[in-house]
Amino acid sequence: MSETYGIIASFPDTPAFFHAAEKVRDAGYKKWDTYSSFPVHGMPEAQGQSRSKVPIFTFFGGISGFILGLLIVWYMNAHDYPLIVGGQPFFSPVFPFPIMYELTILLSAFGTLGGMFIMNLLPQHYNSLFNSDTFLEVSGERLVIAIEARDAQFDIEATRRFLEEIGGTDIEEVSA
Amino acid sequence: MDAAQAELLARVQPAELYEQPLVTNDRDFKWVTDKICRIVETKTPLWWWVCMAVALVTASFTGVGLVWLVSSGVGVWGLANPINWGWAIVNFVFWIGIGHAGTLISAVLCLLKQGWRTSINRAAEAMTIFAVVCAGIFPLFHVGRVWFAWWLFPIPNANVIWPQFRSPLEWDVFAVSTYGTVSILFWYMGMIPDLAVLRDRAVQRLTKNAYEGAGALAKGLDLFRKNFYAILAMGWRNAGNHWRNYEMAYLILAGISTPLVLSVHTIVSFDFALAVLPGWHTTIFPPYFVAGAIFSGFGMVLTLMLPLRALYGLHDLITQRHIDNMCKICLGTGSIVGYAYIIEFFIAWYGANPYESYAFINRAFGQYWWAYLMMFSCNVFTPQLFWFKKVRSNAALVWIMSIFINVGMWFERFVITVTSLANDFLPTSWGYYSPTMVDIITFFGTFGLFSVLFLLFLRFLPLMPIAEVKFVMPQADPHGHGHGHSHGHDDAAQSGQGDHK
Repeated sequence: MSETYGIIASFPDTPAFFHAAEKVRDAGYKKWDTYSSFPVHGMPEAQGQSRSKVPIFTFFGGISGFILGLLIVWYMNAHDYPLIVGGQPFFSPVFPFPIMYELTILLSAFGTLGGMFIMNLLPQHYNSLFNSDTFLEVSGERLVIAIEARDAQFDIEATRRFLEEIGGTDIEEVSA
Repeated sequence: MDAAQAELLARVQPAELYEQPLVTNDRDFKWVTDKICRIVETKTPLWWWVCMAVALVTASFTGVGLVWLVSSGVGVWGLANPINWGWAIVNFVFWIGIGHAGTLISAVLCLLKQGWRTSINRAAEAMTIFAVVCAGIFPLFHVGRVWFAWWLFPIPNANVIWPQFRSPLEWDVFAVSTYGTVSILFWYMGMIPDLAVLRDRAVQRLTKNAYEGAGALAKGLDLFRKNFYAILAMGWRNAGNHWRNYEMAYLILAGISTPLVLSVHTIVSFDFALAVLPGWHTTIFPPYFVAGAIFSGFGMVLTLMLPLRALYGLHDLITQRHIDNMCKICLGTGSIVGYAYIIEFFIAWYGANPYESYAFINRAFGQYWWAYLMMFSCNVFTPQLFWFKKVRSNAALVWIMSIFINVGMWFERFVITVTSLANDFLPTSWGYYSPTMVDIITFFGTFGLFSVLFLLFLRFLPLMPIAEVKFVMPQADPHGHGHGHSHGHDDAAQSGQGDHK
């Protein structure tokens, strides 16, 4: 038999799923995750996860956009090809404000989407969990918790028993 | 809550307020998933082919109009001194305005934690993108030599010249292209979990190999779906960690799309307001344009969603509560627009500028009085009917009124653009503008183009955000205050979509 990726267990409804997640967290597992086709309110805390780091990407995207806007207007209209228009100054931080504003938003948006992909390690071509037909049902209404074999506490028998104790059903070993 | 508070609560027994559920008839997750996925998974309905054929024929009108324009020059449009901004700008502002409702629903209503936005949000965002596509055509071809349109962007060219950033028209280039791009990013990111659902469903059918009697075509289609949706879904697997980052990203995108959507129509209004023409040169323009944009956009959302709801039987997802809310937004923004029409007259009088007062009297009673009347009656009187519940609950009537809103808002842009140009400071150069056949067919065709894109969206992409609809259902509540309706939490920092409070 091939190597084990981990064990998955299903839960009947959202409250049971949520409380099971808290128990897995309290049991000290680290390499595990919950799987549901919708975001569950308060789940990051129940899983003991910290705040998402996506805003950092947004922030740097926004800063770059703002500076880029400032630079292109200065370079193009004041430095490289100064042109008198309507008696206005060649450069001022005031008139090109819409340019800076829009570029700040544009690059923040790219930063946010990119940050979401980076933090989630996506795109990902292959994941062992998709080997399980049960796991595919997460897209419908199944609620699953998976504990991975690379967790230090992982033990096939003990982990299986633990998942049963916290109310898991359809417990299944997923091969890598 | 301390003991005293608890005692007080027990004594006063606060009433449980009934809140209309967002998904009616007690549906479960499976029903929601099936309902939305089957729209793209089942056989293409006959009406789709009929609509597609009509839409393609209509869209070809724009093609003919543009070929005609490019091969002969902008002179084939009805533009003549002093009216050098005609239907092209009117249509541009009209379509951009339509788009605003999509962003309002996906961004502003998300920040305001309006749970009802979920079922109409995806289609409205699609509408935004397709409207921006239609809008973009007009200024692009109005430059005359469309093959030089890339000079609008700050890209080095052989003439070593650069765009001129002191012009509001150049700001518009940035505003509209940013708006289009960010709308696509937001739309795509919102779709990732649903694309993963479609992918998994195709994989499940392929594993079960349940194609007996259905033939090789059904299997081939599922193979196509599996690959198509797998590429778009980027390996999404519904993990709690995925959702944590996704929700944060969603909330941020909503947060930055809000100032974006407000800025886009503000900058569009600068195209007018920064000119010194009477009737254009007013400070009221930015808020007035934004309110008008949202008004017309919601009109268009109603025009699209009411037939879709009937065709796909989505009455449990787009409920009367949704329609009520959209009508009320039309009422609110329509009233702001009506107020702006009236205050413009007041300011023209109060400002004591003879040119300004003439411009407004001329708007209402001059050579374009019929356009002003059309605009005023459609935009000011129509939405006022939405005060009545009887009107809001009559879907056919609401649909007809939404068409009136679309027509009225097109006329608003016509009135603003044309009346100020036709009768400006110098009476010797006054003129009268009428569109030519090329103007008319180009604009008419954009409705076809919009419909083609929208029909393709219906057929290939999930019409509603499945994950978000599930999120507002009572079964998704981790604390099991099920069966009901409200589940209020204060700590919503992580939640992009929020409670339906």
